Amino acid sequence: MATDLSPVWLSLETSITATIITLVLGTSAALWRAHRRGIGPAFIDGIFLLPLVLPPTVVGFILLVIFGRNGPLGRLLLHFGATVVFSWPATVIAAAVVSFPLMYLSVRAALEQLDPALLQAGRTLGASEWRIFRRIALPLAWPGILAGTILAFARALGEFGATLMLAGSIPGKTETIPIAIYISVEAGEMHQAIVWSLIDVSISLAMIAGMYYWTHLQNPRAQAAHR
Amino acid sequence: MPLEVHFEKKLPSYTLCADFSAEEEPLAILGPSGSGKSMTLRCVAGLEHPDRGTIALDGRTLFDSNQRIGIPARRREIGLLFQHYALFPHLSVAENIAFGMKASSGADRGVRVRRLLSDVHLEGFENRLPRELSGGEQQRVALARALAIEPQALLLDEPLSALDTFLRSQVEQQLILTLAQFRRPALYVTHTMEEAYRIAPKILVLSKGKVAAFGSREQIFRHPPTLEVALLTGLKNFSRTRVVSAGKIEALDWNCVVCCDVEASTRPAYVGIRAHHIRFASSPDEANCANTFPCWLVRTSEAPFRVTVYLRLHSPEGEHHHLQAEITKENWLHLKDQPQPWRVLLPPIDVLVLAS
Repeated sequence: MATDLSPVWLSLETSITATIITLVLGTSAALWRAHRRGIGPAFIDGIFLLPLVLPPTVVGFILLVIFGRNGPLGRLLLHFGATVVFSWPATVIAAAVVSFPLMYLSVRAALEQLDPALLQAGRTLGASEWRIFRRIALPLAWPGILAGTILAFARALGEFGATLMLAGSIPGKTETIPIAIYISVEAGEMHQAIVWSLIDVSISLAMIAGMYYWTHLQNPRAQAAHR
Repeated sequence: MPLEVHFEKKLPSYTLCADFSAEEEPLAILGPSGSGKSMTLRCVAGLEHPDRGTIALDGRTLFDSNQRIGIPARRREIGLLFQHYALFPHLSVAENIAFGMKASSGADRGVRVRRLLSDVHLEGFENRLPRELSGGEQQRVALARALAIEPQALLLDEPLSALDTFLRSQVEQQLILTLAQFRRPALYVTHTMEEAYRIAPKILVLSKGKVAAFGSREQIFRHPPTLEVALLTGLKNFSRTRVVSAGKIEALDWNCVVCCDVEASTRPAYVGIRAHHIRFASSPDEANCANTFPCWLVRTSEAPFRVTVYLRLHSPEGEHHHLQAEITKENWLHLKDQPQPWRVLLPPIDVLVLAS
């Protein structure tokens, strides 16, 4: 059975790119939000978490409106001669938007669990806020950030509804594994669907195994045991 | 004075008014929980900002509400020893100590870390993680880390409170030596009066955010100005009063007139005597002295070497006690066989006259 593997590469490229984007945006948003109180931040929280509770098709539709030819961002991009809808970047945008809340929630929980005295100790020892983040907050919040990364990657890899709305299913361009499975089943090609599914399961398992192994290496207790 | 602290900060239940200065020696800040001790330290360290006032170290303004100056904590060069040490759990002892050292060559850092570790008697602990240390060792690493930045002042927030009693006196002796070598202002927060007395020659007593007393430790313990300060310094016996004449005060709760050596210039609200100052008249001569009253034993509480006796004055009937006296075991063995009523003696020189 000759199989065009493009959905596998597309899915991986899309998920990895989307995960990197959510890692940066989710961590920044969590840093901004952690230990902040009030109505304003709570309202913005609602917007951040919306993609988690909305049906993916609704998220996709909203993105389609925003990035469409008459949408605010779509018109701006058209000004520079670029269209997002039904292109590869659209798969990345859809995957990033739906996986963002998972990353944001995990990192925020990890940062809020940090003992504030540790950050204050860093300040009295003369460290800049950036150094405190890099040397104290980041290493200690690392398990939470890693968990968020795994969740976000898994969510991005499985993204279907919003992707179909915003990016369509153009083979070799926007047809990711979940969409390929859907199209195969619709066309009655069950064998093809099984192959895609097995590949998806393998990627997910390999990803989780790799992350766990890495976490174990990063764990200070494991390091201490090796000493 | 090297460290000048004069500020106000509104807190949920009261306004903290810190108003004191410190010389190049330890100053103990004594007060009950929630009296604003820790908040005072945090404001000096720059972790919190007062609403009004000034904080200056060696003439350098760290905070001034009028000039809108608020130097951030990282540029104040003030070492803070946290109550639970706040060691970075993922960094080794050496990395913790080197964290705040000013940029210098790697080899030099290693030498300085080793010297700081040997100063706190933790040679060879460089590669351990904080979780592998006992409470006392963690405390000493935290101290070495605070001193590693070569601070211009040191703040210690109840540094012994997380240790068990057995370890505490050992670590305390070490701390007294370290503070003696520091020769810079050091604020030492504690809620234990004995600790305050042993650590610092001067004591600041805080109560509900206000300075209740500030002076040498002898002065604070010998002549506490108010009942509150007296209670904080361990006073157990006190009574409401009415002045009869110069040197004579009626103790309303004890139903007797007490002579005292102090000229009560202001109207004293309370009269008091420390439990260990109370004596018992053994000879008939002593029994005729001033401030000698008949008393009956209500109950006792025995410690290994001392006994606290709870006494009722004037009549054996009644359940509550008027005075509690602390006496040695030897004195107790002698006293307990004597027929009651005993003659309790409140030496006039030890009677405290207190404002409300």
